[in-house]
Amino acid sequence: MRARVLIRPKEGILDPQGQAVERALPALGFEGVENVHIGRLVELDVADPARVPEMCERLLANPLIEDYEIMEVVS
Amino acid sequence: MACRRFGEAELLWHRDRDLDGVDAVVVPGGFSYGDYLRAGAIARFSPLMESVIEFARAGGPVLGICNGFQVLCEAGLLPGALLPNVSLRFVSRQVEVVVENPETMFTRACASGERLSIPVKHTTGRYHAPAIPDDQVALRYAPGDNPNGSQDDIAGVTNEAGNVLGLMPHPEHAVDALTGSTDGGRLFESLALVAA
Repeated sequence: MRARVLIRPKEGILDPQGQAVERALPALGFEGVENVHIGRLVELDVADPARVPEMCERLLANPLIEDYEIMEVVS
Repeated sequence: MACRRFGEAELLWHRDRDLDGVDAVVVPGGFSYGDYLRAGAIARFSPLMESVIEFARAGGPVLGICNGFQVLCEAGLLPGALLPNVSLRFVSRQVEVVVENPETMFTRACASGERLSIPVKHTTGRYHAPAIPDDQVALRYAPGDNPNGSQDDIAGVTNEAGNVLGLMPHPEHAVDALTGSTDGGRLFESLALVAA
């Protein structure tokens, strides 16, 4: 099965990457963009999808500074 | 090489499991696994790290420098995490750090408030630890000299037991007068006292 995990910086933690992108967009003519945050997507084929949360806790995300969301598991 | 100026030192390979009876462990800087996923996130699971964790839990002195600091945080041997520098740039320059806690195994040769001139060289050095107690802050960047936006200007921290220290600056790059400062040697002097 294919799992997709989204990892994003925790709310409240300064995200200078997101800020850099937020500053760049108006220069390209895009107005009204706020609250930009940059995360990470991990996709993996797994034999046992029940183990994906543990993979997130132990390796894929650092729970101190990141939130993760297991988006979908499709056969 | 810096360690050898202050005592006997040997290189231990990350895929081995044997610490060879050393008195202290230094987890060096570098770019393990290219900082893939998160800096230190993968190296933290090296076979040798299991032995290092056991060694640390038994009270053995462990010093983590730069990437080593990141590895120790990922391994849970130190509180907090390292985030990208606020500038989003690789910062490579000399900084002044202030010894906040001269009681640690790694700062014992220093006086309280002593300033050390040591270089930093990193992209991911912004320290973040919501609830770290003050007595675990071993080193702070001198006022105005914070190179990465670390909370409370924190440059180096210890664990609760005080036998593990992590810092982003490179003391091992400040042991020879050729580099402009020998202040980094103070940490190794302190460590050598442990094995004495």
